[in-house]
Amino acid sequence: MPELMIEGRAVTVAEGTSVLAALQNAGYRTLRHSRSGEPRGALCGMGSCHECRAVVDGRIVRTCVTPARNGQRVTLLTGDHAD
Amino acid sequence: MTSVLRAVVVGGGMVGAACADVLARHGARVTVVESGAVGGGATAAGMGHLVVMDDSPAQLALTARSLELWEDLAPSLPASAEYRPSGTIWVASDDEELEAVAPKQAAYREAGREADLLDAPALARLEPALRDGLAGGLRVPGDRVVYAPVAAAFLLERSGAALIRGKAVALDDSGVRLAGGQHLSADLIVVAGGIGSLELLPELPLRQRKGHLLITERRAPSVHHQLVELGYLKSAHASDDDSVAFNVQPRPTGQLLIGSSRQFDQPDSGLDWALLRRMLARARDFLPELGDLAALRIWTGQRCATPDHLPIVGPHPQRTTVFVATGHEGLGITTALGTAELLAAQVFGTPSALSAFDFGVERFRPEVAHA
Repeated sequence: MPELMIEGRAVTVAEGTSVLAALQNAGYRTLRHSRSGEPRGALCGMGSCHECRAVVDGRIVRTCVTPARNGQRVTLLTGDHAD
Repeated sequence: MTSVLRAVVVGGGMVGAACADVLARHGARVTVVESGAVGGGATAAGMGHLVVMDDSPAQLALTARSLELWEDLAPSLPASAEYRPSGTIWVASDDEELEAVAPKQAAYREAGREADLLDAPALARLEPALRDGLAGGLRVPGDRVVYAPVAAAFLLERSGAALIRGKAVALDDSGVRLAGGQHLSADLIVVAGGIGSLELLPELPLRQRKGHLLITERRAPSVHHQLVELGYLKSAHASDDDSVAFNVQPRPTGQLLIGSSRQFDQPDSGLDWALLRRMLARARDFLPELGDLAALRIWTGQRCATPDHLPIVGPHPQRTTVFVATGHEGLGITTALGTAELLAAQVFGTPSALSAFDFGVERFRPEVAHA
């Protein structure tokens, strides 16, 4: 079972879990904020809307289409990189 | 006589909206027919670059006058129209391209537009994200950027025109027939439906020219002007083959809008991945850091091209009540306001320096006569 770090906290998920599901299991529904300050989270859940972006191992990805892997470091988008 | 001119504008894009606005300001009662969303066609698909172009004296006059009209309109536009003074830099890859810039600069200045020559160090200072080894460029600081669907919606609302969601299927001397059978009576009909104008006036010499655009995620390399390669002029107009050119626009969000591609007669809206790869390779050749960036969205649109790359603005030679305002290819946002001024000059006899140029349907007379 993969163990990943979400915002510095170790989280274990079932094999085959997406990073989005791992985030949501860990209690993150709001993943980032829009430029005007609106909360944003997963909308389509299938890679089309790009709303669920977060940083995984230094890269901005769509978390819904990113499988959770052992040792991943996941952080939320903040400041200039959020949009 | 107190009868009010009844005008029907077919097409609720940027050009149709500008025409509706000018007709209403001259006292006409205007109805706009649009089958989709206002500004939802080519208007929404483009970059919204307001750019002076000097391919021909007529094009220079039309684009330069249109930029003046945009300046006049700007204070009225809502903030969401994102009207911004980005300026354009035409980037010269080599000395040959840079040498060709001097006459372009002279033409711009003669048309009342500022244009500054940049040598290689000046270009690198203004746009440090560009690769080393470029020869320089021409900076046109008065060029602008606008989010065109909002500008179109604003002009339509200001005009007070009645908006009918429907499809115009036929024109006759007394008006426009819609798909549902309804007939709109009109003293004046303006066909401003982009490439869709062919459905009403198949005799017009119009061809669709598909383009791809891509928008990146944020954290794009910092770009301060709309950047266009000088080779764009060759690739944009030279031949019927598929072509790509470096043309990027910085967005206020820290994203980049990346163009551009041209393909004749590709009516579908699908992505051509091979062409897209060529387009992005071209962009990366100028902005090396692009390689690390992800795309958020990619889409296509259909420009409406004429054989001489000038729009068709004027009365239809065989139909007394019909005027045409289409065929703007990649310059419809820029030249919508000049088009509207020219239309007003033709309909109401108001002054416009643009009347000195031939934008009429009949310049393509052989094609028109065959219809």
